[in-house]
Order: sequence, then C-alpha cells, then structure tokens
Amino acid sequence: MPLHEEHKKRAGRNYALAAILSGLVILFFVITLVKLGVI
Amino acid sequence: MDIASANQDVAEYNLPSVGDYFSLLKPRVMSLVVFTAFIGLLVAPGEIHPVIGFTAILCIAVAAGASGCLNMWYEADLDAKMQRTADRPIPAGRIDRQSALHFGVALSVASVLIMGLTVNIIAAILLSVTILFYVVIYTMWLKRRTAQNIVIGGASGAFPPMIAWAAVTGNVSIESIVLFTIIFMWTPPHFWALSLFSCKDYAKAGIPMLPVVKGELYTKKQIMLYTLAMVLVSFLPIYFGFAGMVYAASAALLGGMFIWLSYALLSDKKSVEENSGSAKKVFFFSIFYLFTLFAVLGLENLLDRVI
Repeated sequence: MPLHEEHKKRAGRNYALAAILSGLVILFFVITLVKLGVI
Repeated sequence: MDIASANQDVAEYNLPSVGDYFSLLKPRVMSLVVFTAFIGLLVAPGEIHPVIGFTAILCIAVAAGASGCLNMWYEADLDAKMQRTADRPIPAGRIDRQSALHFGVALSVASVLIMGLTVNIIAAILLSVTILFYVVIYTMWLKRRTAQNIVIGGASGAFPPMIAWAAVTGNVSIESIVLFTIIFMWTPPHFWALSLFSCKDYAKAGIPMLPVVKGELYTKKQIMLYTLAMVLVSFLPIYFGFAGMVYAASAALLGGMFIWLSYALLSDKKSVEENSGSAKKVFFFSIFYLFTLFAVLGLENLLDRVI
C-alpha cells in the first residue's frame, strides 16, 4: 500500500472515531438532561 | 531500518478503512432491523421521549451490526468459499479475524449496557438474547448442522420490534409477540428463495441449506406453506386491535401477491439453474412485502394518534 494511501485511511479512521466519540458525549449529555426532566 | 525497507513494510501492511469496518456491520440487514424496530416503537402504546426512543433504535442498530460482525468473524472460512460473500472484509484479507472479534464484542457489550442504563432493563435483556441467539444458536450451532437453520435462527431477526415495544412499555405483550411472529414466519420463504438461486454456492461451502439437502421441489413446497402461514399471521394485528382497515387491505393485497409469486415458483417446472427468475422474484418481493406491511402498520397508527 502506498504511504499516502495509508495516511489517508488512518486519517479517515481517526475522524470516524472522533465523530463517534463526540456523538456519544452529546447523546449522554442529552439523555442526562432528559432523565433530570430538564427537556 | 532504511527508508526502502520501511516502505516495503508499509506496502505489505493492508490497513482496513472505515468502510471495511462499516461493511462488517451488514448495513443492508441493519436497515431492515432498524425499520421494523422503528415501527414497533411507533405502534407500541404509551409515550417515550424522542431522545430515549432514538437511543433505543441506535442500540438495536448497533447490536444488529455487532451480531453481523461476529457472524462474519465466525464464518470467515465459509464466506471465502462462496462467490456472494468472498469479497467481505475478512475473506478478502482487508480485516483480520481478531480485529473483527474485538469490534463485534465491544459493540455488543456497549449496545446492551447503554440500552439497560438509558432505556430499560427488559429491552436490554431482549437485546442481549437477540445477539446471543444470532451468534451462538444460529451462527455457531444451527447453520452448519441442520436444514432448519434459518427457521429457528430467524427468531433473532424477529426480535427488533419486540425490543422496541419493550423500550416503550417496559414489558413483552401479546401484540409484540404478533409482530415477532410475522417476521419469524417471513424469514423462511425469504431465505429459501435466496438459497434456491445461490444453491451451488451453499453446496460448495458445505452449508446444509434446504435446497442443498432436500432439493428444489421440496424447498418450493416449503416456501409455499410458510407463505400461506405468514399471510394468515399477518392478519393477527387486526384481530388484536392494533391495526385497522388500511392495514387489512394492504395485508390482503400484499399477501395475495406473495402467495401468487410463491405459487408461480412452485409451478415453475424448470430448475432454478435454468430459470432463476421466479426465485429471485419471491426473494425481492419478500423484502418489499415486509417493508410495506410494516410501513402501513406504522403510518396507520401514526395517523390514528394525530387525527
């Protein structure tokens, strides 16, 4: 695999992981607000 | 290490992409699971906060994906032998089995935990049963041993609306069992139609699907019988009072078409190798059938609440 291809794939994986983790943080925060009856 | 040999190492190392991991989740199967679960959520009596409802559907989707991933991890040897599945990430060498196992287990545990902590414990228990049923009962135990594999194993695909129902109501009621039964009865004709035109592939991989073990004619008769049973079961929501006349008309029309296509398959004297058209029609119509039947059920309930 060419080096630039590997970098591209690794960057894609990092971005995907960052998006999933950010999504989970937001989801847990909103669920907490729901459980507390804020929204 | 010089640059040339470092580049050589990189060249030999095939890094899986995000798309490879995503395809481990069997996204097409996941879409049907998400859709039937969403209808279960919509039809269930009672209220659920949209955020909690979204979380329940997300957990069901992730659990379905995790089950698919663990299925691919266990069946990598079979997938490599079949034309239909040879390009999946593990047999194609894009992901190693160990990574797939870790990915599947992590998603399974996370989905059940989040369901239990944020929705309710009954939904979480049902979700874990679904994963275990698909991975252990179907994939590891039944699939390589009996021609009835997808009849019993099909139960795992029938659980999602029941889980969604439990997410709203906190229990398992007769209505959710009816939704389960519709999908349970739908699974055999759907998969046997697929196995008819993929018979050679299954035989090559040594999977005892019904057409491989009992032959085409027997399989066509079984498709006919299960279709009739499924159409009868599809009227149960009316009997139990959670579907109305629009659903009844749709179930009659769609059921009639399904029976007609199954009968056309049964009366087709040509072997599937000579003419795979009638088996493919049953297979593709079965997908349309389930989507439409559940869509009508959901829409009718939604309109009843709004109007």
